[in-house]
Amino acid sequence: MKLTGAQILWETLVREGVEVVFGYPGGANLPIYDAMLDYPVRHVLTRHEQGAAHMADGYARASGRVGVAMATSGPGATNLVTGIATAMMDSSPVVFITGQVASRFIGFDAFQETDVTGITLPITKHNYLVTRTEEIGPTLREAFYIARTGRPGPVLVDIAKDAQQNAIEWEYNGGPIKMRGYRPDLRPGTRQIQQALEMIAAAKRPLILAGQGVLLSNAMSELREFAERANIPVAMTLLGIGCFPATHPLNLGMMGMHGEAWVNHAIQEADLLLAFGMRFDDRVTGNVNTYARNARKIHIDIDPAEINKNIKVDLGLVGDLRDTLRQILEHLEPQEHTDWLAHITEMKGDSAVRDVQNLPPDGHLYAAHVIHDLWRTTGGNVLVTTDVGQHQMWSAQYFKQDHPHMWITSGGLGTMGFGLPSAIGAKIARPDQEVWTIVGDGGFQMTQAELSTAAQENVKVNVAIINNGFLGMVRQWQEFFYERRYAATPMRSPDFVKIAEAHGLTGLRVTTREEVIPAIQRAGRTEGTVVIDFRVEQEDSVYPMVPTGADLHNMIRRPVPNRIVETAQDEI
Amino acid sequence: MNHTIVALVEDKPGVLNRVASLFRRRAFNIESLTVGHTEQPGVSRMTIVVDSDDVSIERLIAYLYKLVNVIQVEDLTHVPRVTRDLAMIKVSATPENRTHIMQTVDVFRARIVDVTNTSFIIEITGDEEKIEGFVEVLRPLGIIEMVRTGVVAMARGGAPLYVNGNGNGNGVHAAHYAS
Repeated sequence: MKLTGAQILWETLVREGVEVVFGYPGGANLPIYDAMLDYPVRHVLTRHEQGAAHMADGYARASGRVGVAMATSGPGATNLVTGIATAMMDSSPVVFITGQVASRFIGFDAFQETDVTGITLPITKHNYLVTRTEEIGPTLREAFYIARTGRPGPVLVDIAKDAQQNAIEWEYNGGPIKMRGYRPDLRPGTRQIQQALEMIAAAKRPLILAGQGVLLSNAMSELREFAERANIPVAMTLLGIGCFPATHPLNLGMMGMHGEAWVNHAIQEADLLLAFGMRFDDRVTGNVNTYARNARKIHIDIDPAEINKNIKVDLGLVGDLRDTLRQILEHLEPQEHTDWLAHITEMKGDSAVRDVQNLPPDGHLYAAHVIHDLWRTTGGNVLVTTDVGQHQMWSAQYFKQDHPHMWITSGGLGTMGFGLPSAIGAKIARPDQEVWTIVGDGGFQMTQAELSTAAQENVKVNVAIINNGFLGMVRQWQEFFYERRYAATPMRSPDFVKIAEAHGLTGLRVTTREEVIPAIQRAGRTEGTVVIDFRVEQEDSVYPMVPTGADLHNMIRRPVPNRIVETAQDEI
Repeated sequence: MNHTIVALVEDKPGVLNRVASLFRRRAFNIESLTVGHTEQPGVSRMTIVVDSDDVSIERLIAYLYKLVNVIQVEDLTHVPRVTRDLAMIKVSATPENRTHIMQTVDVFRARIVDVTNTSFIIEITGDEEKIEGFVEVLRPLGIIEMVRTGVVAMARGGAPLYVNGNGNGNGVHAAHYAS
């Protein structure tokens, strides 16, 4: 069969199960777009390539499948960069396909030429420059294989325009993919499993640190069985949220810089940490020299490079988390840790009296109220995406996710502008699922043009803008560490209600607590995307907070009413 | 201390860039890097000398394995090995010092590979210490120009580095974690 490179591309994508691509056409990928019309693929035209990248990422995280984003050469490709780096840091399987100038022009500074494989080399799991039509099919198959196997990640394929245009005799080759240097299937040995079992049996104060690896390897039920059988409490990373039910008695909540105080104290007091599919990010550990000094550590991860990278561990098991947990579960004995669990429960009391939820009403609307009410009103059955900043941390703390794959956030890179496009991608992946994005007034404006995409595509995502008139997290740092000198953080925003209406969507404004639930209910009933501008307390801060580089147990705590407490009262 | 790392990589465009970029990005300093063909078609061999401690080297090797084109990595620092560096040194040769230079060349088992009325090019092969010693002796005589290839290294004994030739790769590395 004689096919052009562009046709071969679509033949291959369709066989990889691709149903949706997010992208933006231009000179160097026009042949791909032209051929697309003959294939059963939905194309979502975004308003900026960054939006396409985040949508493909959100699609991938919501569906567990590989997301696909496309852009033309030069500026189209460079606009993807933030989205690629976001997917890289959060191990998200996305294949990026960029058009490149014709091969005879490569290296001559041609119009809209950039060295895209060079630019994206450090922010992709792997990337390719394809200059011959023959290479398109096999390269794309490799790209999908690399993106979804092992530790998932973004793969970019840059295809010269003449390779898209030329026609060759072509048959699909669905044979096994052979790559000498790529082995995503490492497994721990039985001796290491035995060693882990001995360490678990000996522990008096064990703690599980569950990360996104649980979700990526679908190890949710294994984790639950593990925790329940051995009675070990579970703390989660930001990206691990949802991997263990929030309302489960053994769930402690989030760890780290804005983790719950009792979680961070428990980590410092534990005698065994079981790190499952997480990577001891600096936002999780605080000062590494004082981190969990009483604990022996077992680290299970599919990426060997994560073992002993940030935290030296006593035992590293490299392999798929679900398989590894299953191996351990074969021999794991039931245990009780009554005193340890009781001790942690006791520590929770101190936080309860500080929680803004439990303060008497003072007439102000707090972000915590909004997020708590959203969770309550919807019964928690909502897929939530967020931007980055205070609202993200409050969402992690107050939206109690009981189910996996319902929480999508930019963790590693911390990308403002991620919320709205990732929500659109998630909704397209799971059209029957109610999707909300919780964003700040700052981050929302970075990608708010994608409202137009939502309108054109008839995608309903509800947008909760936590509008405090500041770049809130930066303002908080200025309050705590820069003597309240608010340099460049006050932000005047447009009328978000009118912005919504200008896109033919519904806009609502909420300024009091009483209006919160009715607005959420109305958003649920309304057809099409609803944008709610929640005008919240301007100078509220996220508590607790471990300042950068501080010891994990030295948290800044929310002051107890009528009693000013600036730091933790119970230092270790 | 200096570590000598050997990496077998796929012979594909951009692989050298990937490896070099990794060292830069992860803040490792390359002392020298050589790359060339091996006995296997499609496989290139890099010898990389890097100044780092043992713990960081373990991390570096794990990072190298993350590169899709990297087939195998070995740290030869602590194993018996042969290392060789090649230098070409152009020195000024006057009627007065010509004999002295030629005697020095003999002592070091180097070779003169180009002769003019005013200069020699001397070729010397050996480990780094030998070459550095030779350079120090030549320096007072007037070195005009010098080029060195950087170190190549091979473990002593009969076993090949590439033990896992069936296309699986990662053999030693996997064993390291799965033992």
